[in-house]
Amino acid sequence: MTNVVNLTEPIGADAFDVEAVRRDFPALSLEVNGRPLVFLDSAASAQKPRAVIDAMTRAYESQYANVHRGTYHLSQVATENYEIARAKVAQFMNAKSPDEIVFTHSATASINLVAHSFGSMLEAGDEIIVSVMEHHANIVPWQLLRDRTGIEIKVAPVDDAGNFLTGEFEKLLGPRTKLVAVAHVSNVLGTVTPVKEVVRLAHDNGTPVLFDGAQGIVHEGVDVQDLDCDFYVWTGHKLYGPTGIGVLWGKSEWLEKMPPFEGGGDMISLVTFEKTTYREPPARFEAGTPAIVEAVGLGAAIDYVTAVGLDRIAAHEKELLDYAMLRLADVEGLRIIGRARQKAGIVSFEFGDVHSHDVATIIDSAGVAVRAGHHCAQPLMDRFGVTSTSRASFGMYTTRAEVDALAEALEKVREIFG
Amino acid sequence: MIDDDLRDLYQEVILDHGKNPRNFRRPADASHEALGNNPLCGDRLTVYLRLDEDRNIRDAAFEGKGCAISIASASMMTDMVKGKSLAEARELFERFHKMCTGDDDGGIADGFEDELEKLKVMSGVRQFPMRVKCATLAWHAMNAAAEGEDAATTE
Repeated sequence: MTNVVNLTEPIGADAFDVEAVRRDFPALSLEVNGRPLVFLDSAASAQKPRAVIDAMTRAYESQYANVHRGTYHLSQVATENYEIARAKVAQFMNAKSPDEIVFTHSATASINLVAHSFGSMLEAGDEIIVSVMEHHANIVPWQLLRDRTGIEIKVAPVDDAGNFLTGEFEKLLGPRTKLVAVAHVSNVLGTVTPVKEVVRLAHDNGTPVLFDGAQGIVHEGVDVQDLDCDFYVWTGHKLYGPTGIGVLWGKSEWLEKMPPFEGGGDMISLVTFEKTTYREPPARFEAGTPAIVEAVGLGAAIDYVTAVGLDRIAAHEKELLDYAMLRLADVEGLRIIGRARQKAGIVSFEFGDVHSHDVATIIDSAGVAVRAGHHCAQPLMDRFGVTSTSRASFGMYTTRAEVDALAEALEKVREIFG
Repeated sequence: MIDDDLRDLYQEVILDHGKNPRNFRRPADASHEALGNNPLCGDRLTVYLRLDEDRNIRDAAFEGKGCAISIASASMMTDMVKGKSLAEARELFERFHKMCTGDDDGGIADGFEDELEKLKVMSGVRQFPMRVKCATLAWHAMNAAAEGEDAATTE
């Protein structure tokens, strides 16, 4: 007699099968220095599932032409696919409409777009609030804007554990605060900013809010209507999608008011040498040939993440984080930087007085890939009195065994440095 | 079990210089200084030189933060260039740089046999291309200091 499997109620339907997920990522079966790759650098850039790679190959092989201009079949297919990707992004973030989704080439590019376009409506003496946790991508564009227009930048602090200090943030809000631009999740500390509180306080002050969601959308997800922020930016390659594609979501009432950033083809309505008129958003902000196939790849990444389940990914990462915080606390000489109450799957640490580059080089020989350095957040390094840290960051495919491998590899560092 | 490449990189001499760097100070009478900055990792070393009127290096020292490789390299460099002319120090840097990148032709430049023999402990970085910048940071800063630039970068 054969076993009968009831397909309508598979055993362990709710269990997250990390090994099944891992099989979808070709890079995870690589060997490095003769050891299985232990990839703990997803916060810098995530590995890609086969579904994304295949979708992009298919797009190049049989669905490729330029978009929005060809009247022939292939261009129509490419245009449709590009716009389907936009619709998928809109749905993934619960945007009101795909028209609120501007494709850029990175989260950095999205912030620069806002800093130029929204920023052009600001005047000397106006203020912008960022936090001390920001990635350089959410600092430098505002400094460049400051140099152009004379705005002021105020910095919201965190406590020694890395918690965002809402009360201190509130004190910075004033009559001249024109924008709050903070990270949803810190790329160094893993701190999850109390985003709803930030929006409530800022809106009470009449101030719009931009979230840098490069890490946030990956680890927490986002519902922009529920959150009610004004801008949310992120990038494809950290969400298991390709590089070269970023997203700017903006409330339509803002996007409609904002002037173009870059000029060129595709963003115009009518051009004469005397006067040019511009298209409505999002086209207004997408000058030139966009990242067509990357958009398709991002759409495939969203499909994949959605199929696995963002909630289940988040739960897996949370469990892994809890495990890692305990496991790494057992490693003598290891000091974790960032113990916020609300924390995503990112663990920065110092190891004795060994420099992070030495740590990273040594554990790489055991196949363990972590990021070492300042993580593009030098002001935050200064805040915690360090020049650099090692950082392990998790993705949907990270396992407990990999956390163990990190802890064991650190023993090699001890062996060499004594 | 530690791999041979790693043992090559982190030889005892390097670990010693890294932990107990020589000339780790700021001389009050320095005539030249420059900041060596590795924007990749945020490491910063300031190299101080005292040059006499004939462009001979009378004193060399450094301060700053960095990995074991960059600190050890700065420590060894400051020891080594003291008493040399600037031209000699630069020639030594050129030879050292080639050693680190694996472009060394194997020939020993006249007068530098001892120095290059000592610097060989740094040549383990060849197997770690990302770390060549760590080994050369202080040397770049020395060059910048001598040329009167405020800062050198490994980029």
